[in-house]
Parts: sequence; C-alpha cells; structure tokens
Amino acid sequence: MSNWTEITPLDQIPQLGSRVITTDTMEIAVFRTAADEVFAVKNACPHKAGPLSEGIVHGNAVTCPLHNWKIDLSSGEALGPDEGCTNTFPAKVDGGIVYVDLKNSSRAC
Amino acid sequence: MKERLVLVGNGMAGVRTLEELLKYDPEHYEITVFGAEPHPNYNRIMLSPVLAGEKTIDDIILNSREWYAENGITLHTGDAVVAIDRAARKLKAESGLEVEYDRLLLATGSNPFIIPVPGADKTGVLGFRDIADVDKMLEAAKQYKKAVVIGGGLLGLEAANGLMKNGMDVTIVHLMDILMERQLDHPAAEMLKASLEARGMKFLMQASTAEIVGADRVSGVKFADGSEVEADLVVMAVGIQPNIELAQQAGIHCERGIVVNDTMQTFDPRVYAVGECVQHRGVCYGLVAPLFEQGKVAANHLARIGIARYEGSVTSTKLKVTGIDLFSAGEFNEQEGDETLVLQDPAQGVYKKLVIRDNRIKGAVMYGDTMDGTWYFQLLREGTDIADFRSTILFGQHDVGDAGHGDTARVLSLSDDAEICGCNGVCKGEIVDAIQTKGLFTLDDVKAHTKAASSCGSCAGLVEALLANTVGEGYDAAPSKKAICACTEHSHEDIIKAIKEHELKDMRTVFDFLAWKTPDGCATCRPALNYYLLANWPADYQDDMQSRFINERAHGNIQKDGTYSVVPRMFGGLCTPSDLRAIADVVERYDVPEMKVTGGQRIDLFGIKKQDLPTVWKDLSDAGFVSGHAYGKAMRTVKTCAGKTWCRFGTQNSTGLGVKLEELTWGSWMPHKFKLAVSGCPRNCAEATIKDFGVVCVDSGYELHIGGNGGIKVRVTDLLCKVDTEEDVLEYCGAFTQLYREEAHYLERTAPWVERVSLGYIKSRILDDEAGRKALYERFKFGQKFSQIDPWKQRAEGAEAHEFMPLEVVSQ
Ligand code: SRM
Ligand SMILES: Cc1cc2nc3c(=O)[nH]c(=O)nc-3n(C[C@H](O)[C@H](O)[C@H](O)COP(=O)(O)OP(=O)(O)OC[C@H]3O[C@@H](n4cnc5c(N)ncnc54)[C@H](O)[C@@H]3O)c2cc1C
Ligand code: SF4
Ligand code: FES
Repeated sequence: MSNWTEITPLDQIPQLGSRVITTDTMEIAVFRTAADEVFAVKNACPHKAGPLSEGIVHGNAVTCPLHNWKIDLSSGEALGPDEGCTNTFPAKVDGGIVYVDLKNSSRAC
Repeated sequence: MKERLVLVGNGMAGVRTLEELLKYDPEHYEITVFGAEPHPNYNRIMLSPVLAGEKTIDDIILNSREWYAENGITLHTGDAVVAIDRAARKLKAESGLEVEYDRLLLATGSNPFIIPVPGADKTGVLGFRDIADVDKMLEAAKQYKKAVVIGGGLLGLEAANGLMKNGMDVTIVHLMDILMERQLDHPAAEMLKASLEARGMKFLMQASTAEIVGADRVSGVKFADGSEVEADLVVMAVGIQPNIELAQQAGIHCERGIVVNDTMQTFDPRVYAVGECVQHRGVCYGLVAPLFEQGKVAANHLARIGIARYEGSVTSTKLKVTGIDLFSAGEFNEQEGDETLVLQDPAQGVYKKLVIRDNRIKGAVMYGDTMDGTWYFQLLREGTDIADFRSTILFGQHDVGDAGHGDTARVLSLSDDAEICGCNGVCKGEIVDAIQTKGLFTLDDVKAHTKAASSCGSCAGLVEALLANTVGEGYDAAPSKKAICACTEHSHEDIIKAIKEHELKDMRTVFDFLAWKTPDGCATCRPALNYYLLANWPADYQDDMQSRFINERAHGNIQKDGTYSVVPRMFGGLCTPSDLRAIADVVERYDVPEMKVTGGQRIDLFGIKKQDLPTVWKDLSDAGFVSGHAYGKAMRTVKTCAGKTWCRFGTQNSTGLGVKLEELTWGSWMPHKFKLAVSGCPRNCAEATIKDFGVVCVDSGYELHIGGNGGIKVRVTDLLCKVDTEEDVLEYCGAFTQLYREEAHYLERTAPWVERVSLGYIKSRILDDEAGRKALYERFKFGQKFSQIDPWKQRAEGAEAHEFMPLEVVSQ
C-alpha cells in the first residue's frame, strides 16, 4: 500500500538538481533529471555519508560531492567498482506535483 | 533478433575488444568465442614470470569462465576454427561445429617462428608462446640439465632467465653481435650482457644455427661454422609470424599480416581484425599496448558509434627479468642530423641515451636507472618541445619537481605495506594485488578499483611505475590522444577547437555536434564544458549552475560534515579595523565555530550552515566585502608584502600594485585555481616565484614570473620578462591570464600548462606579438565585465534561492 506525501511543485526543483526534505529521522534528497523523472534518496552517501543532494546529476545518477562515488538514483546502489547502497523511496510526478512515499523505503541496504 | 558476433582467437587482443564493446553496448550482439587453447583468456605476457616460478597459472587468468557466462558469451575452448565461408557468413570449427555470423572479429595472434633447419621437429624443440609451451619447459627442467635458447631478444632472454631459475644450465645463441638489437644500442646491450653473464647465463654470439641433432629427442645444436653444443631442450625465440592462415584461406587480403584500415576493418567489411595477426599501415605489432588501442577502435565501430580511428602506435619495451632495469622506446639509433644526449656512469651501471630531433625526443634507451622511462616516453609521444629543460633532462623528472614522494624507481623496492596514496591510505600490496587479481592495465582502472591516485593525484607516477612493473610494458600508458571522459571520444583540445571554430554556444549544441554518448554528460565533462563555453562566449553563454561542482554552486567550500566555509576577499591582504570588526560580528552573530587566517592572507570562517549562507553574505556584503572565490576554479588571491611604504628594502609599492592586480582579475573563472603575488624586492617575502603569476619588484622596474606552483608538486616560476611600469604589469598579467583561460585544458594549472606548451610559445604570444598581447588583454577585460559581479551579493538578494532553502519538514 502506498502513502504518497505531497512534496512540492516540480518546478521548484531545478532540472539536473535536487531539493532536500527533512523528516523525523533523516534528510531525503529529491532529484529531478533532465527528462523530468524524480527520485527520492536518503541524503547520505554509502561511502562517508556525503550529502548526495549537492552532487552533479547526470542520466539517472548523481556523483557525490565529497569523493566522487556515483550513485544510481533508482536503486540507491553505488555504480562502477564501488560497493554500497543507500535507501530509496518511491517518487512520482502527478499534475506537476512531486509526491514521495516516505513509508516504503527500499530495505535493500 | 540480435546480430551475431563471432570472435576467433580467445587471446589478449580479442577479449579486450569484447570488454570495450560491452562497455559501449552490452546488448547489441549475441557473442560467440572460439579459442584453440583449452584455457579462458589469460595474460600471455605473464608467462615469463610463471616460467620463472614467480607466478602461477591461476594468477594470470584475466577472464574466468564465469565472466563469459555473466556476459552471455558462448565460449568454445580447445576448438580451433578451421574454415570460414564468407559468402554464407558461416564458420566451421575443428569439432565440426558450424556457426553463422553477422560480424566476425579475427584475433588469431601469431605463431613462434621455428627456423626451418634439419631436426627442428625433434622432441624437445619448443617455441615460447602459450601455457602448453611453459608446461613442457617446466617438465623438461625436472629431467634434464642443458638448455639452449635460440634468439637473444626480449622473449629469448626471458625464457633463458626462467629456465635458469628452474636449475637448468642455459646457453643463449644469437645471430647478431649484440643482444636485443631491436630495442638496444651497443653500450646498453653490452651492459645487459655483462650482468646476465654475472648471473650465470652463457652466450654464443654471431652464431648461425645449422642443424638440430639427436635421435628422437634433441641432443645438441650444430652451427654453420661446424661447432656444436649439447642440449636436452631447445627453445626457439627468434621471432613471431602473424597467424594469417585462416584469413588467407577465406580469401581475405593479407600481406605479412591481415591487412586492416584505420577502423580495424579487413577488406571484407563484415570482418574486423585486431592483435598480432594484423598489419596496419604496413606495421605488425608484437606488444599489447598497441593491440589494446586497436581493440578500443574496433569496439567503437562494432558498437556502431563509428568515430574512433587507429593511427598507429609508438611502443616502448621493458625486460621482465627481476633485477634488471632496462627501457627503450622509439628510434633509439640516431640518424644523420639527429643529436644525442648521453649519460654514462659505468661504476653505477647506469646508461641513458636520448635521441633528439628539432628539440623533440625521438627515442630513448636506458639501462640501470629506468625511473624516468615513462616520462621520456610521454614527452616522445606528445612531441613536447624540450628546449626549456634540455640541459637537465637526463637527470630526470625529479629535477623538474616531484611530489615529495621520492623517485618512482624506489617504489619497486618498498615493502608491501608501504603507503603509496597518502590521501586514501592505499598500500603498495593492495595495488599490486588488485592489478594481478582483477587484471588491471590502466591507471584509470587502478584508480577506480583501489582509489589510489584518485584524489590529489600526486602518487600517479608511483602507481604507473607499479603497473609497468607488474604487467610489463603491457600496461596502457595514457594514450597519446586522451578523451576527456567516458562520455566522448574527444580530447580537451578537440572540444576547445570545436567550441571556438564552430561557434558552439551552449552545452546541448556541444553534445550534439560532438556526438556525446551520454544524454547529459557526467561530473567530469559538464564542469569542463561549462568553463569552456563561459571563457569563449562570456557575453552569450548562460552559466549552468547544475554543471558546477557544489563549491562553485554554493560559493563556499563544502566541508566534510556538509557545512560550508566562507572567505571574504581582502584586496592585496590589506584590511581595516572596521573590516575586521564586521567579520568578527558575523562570527558572533552566526555562531561560526572556527575562524582562521589562511595561507592566502585573508580570513576563513568555517562550519557555516548552508541555509545561513545568504544572510552571512548579506552582512559581509553590507560591510563592503565581495566573495574571495576560495572555492573556485577561479582567480584566488594576490599575496603582497609590506613594500616600499614601510619596508627598509622595498623598491616599489608592492601592496598597491597587488591591490590593482586583484581589482583587475577578481571574479575571473579559470581552468584551475590561479594565484598571484607581488614582492617588493628580490627577498620575495610574498613568495611570488611559486605563483601562477608573480611580480618581483626591483629598483629599475618589475620582473614578471609565470607558471609557479606551491601545491602538490612545487614548481618555481619561469621568468617571462621585465617591464618598466605598473600599467605594463597589468597589461602583461591580463594577456597572460587570458591566454591561459583560452588555451589550457580544464583542471590544468599554469605549471603543467607552461610545461606542456613551452615557455618559448608563451613568450612568442606575449612578448613577440605586441598586437596579439593587447588583443588578449582587451578580451580579458571584456570578459571581466560579465564576471565581476559579486555572486554573494546576487545570492543575498535572492538569486538561486532554491539552492539554499530546504523544503519544509514533513512527518514520516
Ligand atoms: C583555507 C586554505 C588553508 C588555510 O587555512 O590556510 C586552503 C584550503 C583548502 N585548499 Fe589549499 N588552501 C589554502 C591555501 C593554499 C595554498 C597557499 C597559498 O595559496 O599561498 C596552497 C599552495 C599554493 C598553490 O596553490 O600553488 C594550496 C594548495 C592546494 C591544493 C594543491 C594545488 C596544486 O595545484 O597543487 C589543493 C587541491 C586542488 O586544488 O586540487 C588545495 C585545496 C584546498 C581545499 C579547497 C580542499 C578541498 O577541495 O576542499 C581546502 C578547502 C578547505 C575548506 O574546507 O575551506 N589547496 N592551498 C588556504 C586558503 C587560501 C585562501 O585565502 O584562499
Ligand atoms: C612469453 C611472452 C612474454 C611477453 N611479454 C610481453 C611484454 O612484456 N609486454 C608486451 O607488451 N607484450 C609481451 N608479449 C606479447 C603479447 O603477449 C602479445 O602481443 C599478445 O598476447 C598478443 O595478443 P593477441 O590477442 O593478438 O594474440 P594471442 O594473445 O596470442 O591470442 C591469440 C589466440 O588465438 C588463438 N587462435 C589462433 N588461431 C585460432 C583459430 N583458428 N581458432 C581459434 N583460436 C585460434 C590462439 O590459440 C591464441 O590463444 C609477450 C609474449 C610472450 C609469449
Ligand atoms: S586544507 Fe589543504 S592541506 Fe589542509 S587538509 Fe585540506 S586540502 Fe589538505
Ligand atoms: S562520502 Fe560520498 S563519495 Fe565519499
């Protein structure tokens, strides 16, 4: 069962950029790609908890600003030879509004 | 249905091509591989250490059977392809298996050349090419004593060394009067021979083999002059022959090798070929580095990207005999008109020779001390003008500056737990282990897998030395033309040129024009493109914040805990009580955890929360400060000393000139950080001679110094010229800066840039061409109109607000 929470109008997030939401337990970065897809990822790099929201976004990935790990936004997994992953949350755009399901985090990590 | 690709030859070049192809496009083909040997792909160049007992077969497997399975590749080992029917696009293997193809890749390697003398077919006569040969040699060493190796080249010496390590008594027979004549000149070859003799190897020079004698098994070798030596084992290592039988039989045009064009295509457009079996522009190669370059190109075309070209390679060689240091590259025997630089120290066992033509290195031979081999090889391939450091070049690169790590040769004698990469704490053992077990060949591979050399990069030379030593010269040194990242085939040079000449004015146009492979680039190419566009089209290009590293996007340095540091500009390091008071007020108002005087003569405020940045800036900006750009690939600081106003030695107003220079240059975006300094006299208290642009005042005027660096690799500046007035200083500074902005590669500081393009070139642009200098200066000032807008003030006034404001808190 999904629990969509309304976050923000899409145009409040820059293309190839992100905004951060703070919940009771953590920060979540909401990314917008060039193709206007949105992804919600725990804002902590699997390497040393770097703020992924501050990274450069390309394709469906973000490069962490601290030591350049690349994180796949849809799975939360590190790409390339690096290993590790961070939680992701279902996210969607509906009628120009971004929704994130904060209850259904992937439990992969 | 997928297209079918068949690879014939499961060796180093062929499988490397598949690896490259999978990187480009893992889905396009259904791939089948035939290999005549019963093994998965292994590192053939490591057979020498296996023979010498320094490695096992398991150590040298590059692609395990699981790798083929994981990538959906059908592998047939121990099954040679015996016929190709090009009309039916079908091939047939020894086992009778028939397979159809849409594209065919031939990588059949080469065969050892067996001298056709009587008796060459006796038991105990071998080549040195594959695992089976090594097994037979190891077997023979257990039962027999006497070995003869025919051929005193690279392969022969490695075979001889290995057999000796297995307890055999080895004689090397060589037709020429010097060893390794294809790689060494006379003096180096003599030194090599002497040290091999000292290890117990015997040599018969200028000996021409006439017959192999014996009953079933070999018992000796007879020479043209009638003499004879005993032998229970004969290894023929006199050369290789491209293995073209299959191609010839299929009617594909062959000469010495299978003839291919610059896209690695044979005369049949469906058939590609790579590796030792190939002849490209008349040349057949016998080392892996060029074959890997070929593989990259073939993969590019098989993946239907279709833009790469192979234009031939210059190769270098290193002998893999532990304890012997030897290096050679290029045309090491001088021709008429060439000059040679020679350093010979027989007592130390050191010999170095460089062949020079038009101030460029054409060839190198080194014996005993090969530490700078990779550096010379790079200068050779890049065609660097060495005029500026010619007089010291033989003393090596450490003479030009080194990272404080000591020399690369010493790295080989370090213990396994010696730390190589100080930034990421990676030890020698980990790097060597990764190279061997993961089959790494390039510096980039090692960076990705171990993180060594991936931060500040100062240990890259050491890592390259480990690579070269672990995999022989098979490692891919940086290719002569290097793509800026994996998103494209193009080099920095190509991109700068295209942006200028084709007036490309936004990123999308660049991506399309240069056929980028990714939809929106990556964290490496986007910042570079953003800079190039900004530097070339200051009035037209809209700076793209999403293509900037966070420091530049937030105009502060990101800290390890995600907060930021803020450094207000203090022109020339001068400040007033009210300036200091304003800074102190901000520190108290925002509970800034720490403040410190920086190495750049100003004050750093650490630990500021992102959302506080705009208000911090507003307060600083109200007090008259602008951003110090301490975070940017930009003009940073102008350091000054006390100067004439106060100092008893001062010759000019160094502080005042520093302020003028900073007023001229602040805000300017650069390929990398850019620092200036002005010292009031040659005592040089502002350290102007390790800055990108430094001024040393003297009584009669101003000395201008360029290309210094005080960072990872200290480099003292070059003297550009002396000028008479402050106006001249500003003009020369602006012109030099603009030249650097227009022509350097992104992330290349002035020090390596000046070394790459040469001081002579810069002088020709700034000193010899007055109109050109003035034009550069004008272009600099024009660009500054758009960049001297304080980014802090803009953001304090609301620009990019979304960057700093978190969305509201929600409940989970
Ligand atoms: C703040 C300061 C240290 C200090 O407290 O004194 C500093 C701090 C940093 N330096 Fe530096 N450097 C500082 C003066 C220097 C100097 C001294 C100087 O400028 O006279 C040098 C050597 C001189 C030179 O550059 O040639 C210096 C050579 C480096 C280098 C090596 C550059 C090189 O080309 O070798 C780096 C790494 C880089 O740029 O890639 C670096 C990188 C850094 C970074 C930005 C690391 C990073 O990427 O996060 C540090 C940011 C710290 C932070 O979180 O704020 N810093 N750094 C100095 C700021 C000066 C200023 O007022 O702007
Ligand atoms: C002992 C030794 C040491 C070396 N040291 C170095 C060094 O230090 N540095 C360096 O750069 N190079 C070195 N080399 C050279 C290097 O190994 C070769 O250049 C490289 O392996 C060539 O790659 P290739 O793919 O063209 O051929 P190979 O690696 O030989 O692969 C060709 C494969 O195709 C198979 N094959 C042939 N015909 C058929 C067929 N009809 N059907 C199916 N399969 C077939 C062969 O069995 C072979 O396995 C060394 C070579 C040897 C033997
Ligand atoms: S401030 Fe400079 S020297 Fe100090 S840790 Fe950071 S990068 Fe290294
Ligand atoms: S914290 Fe993200 S790469 Fe190190």
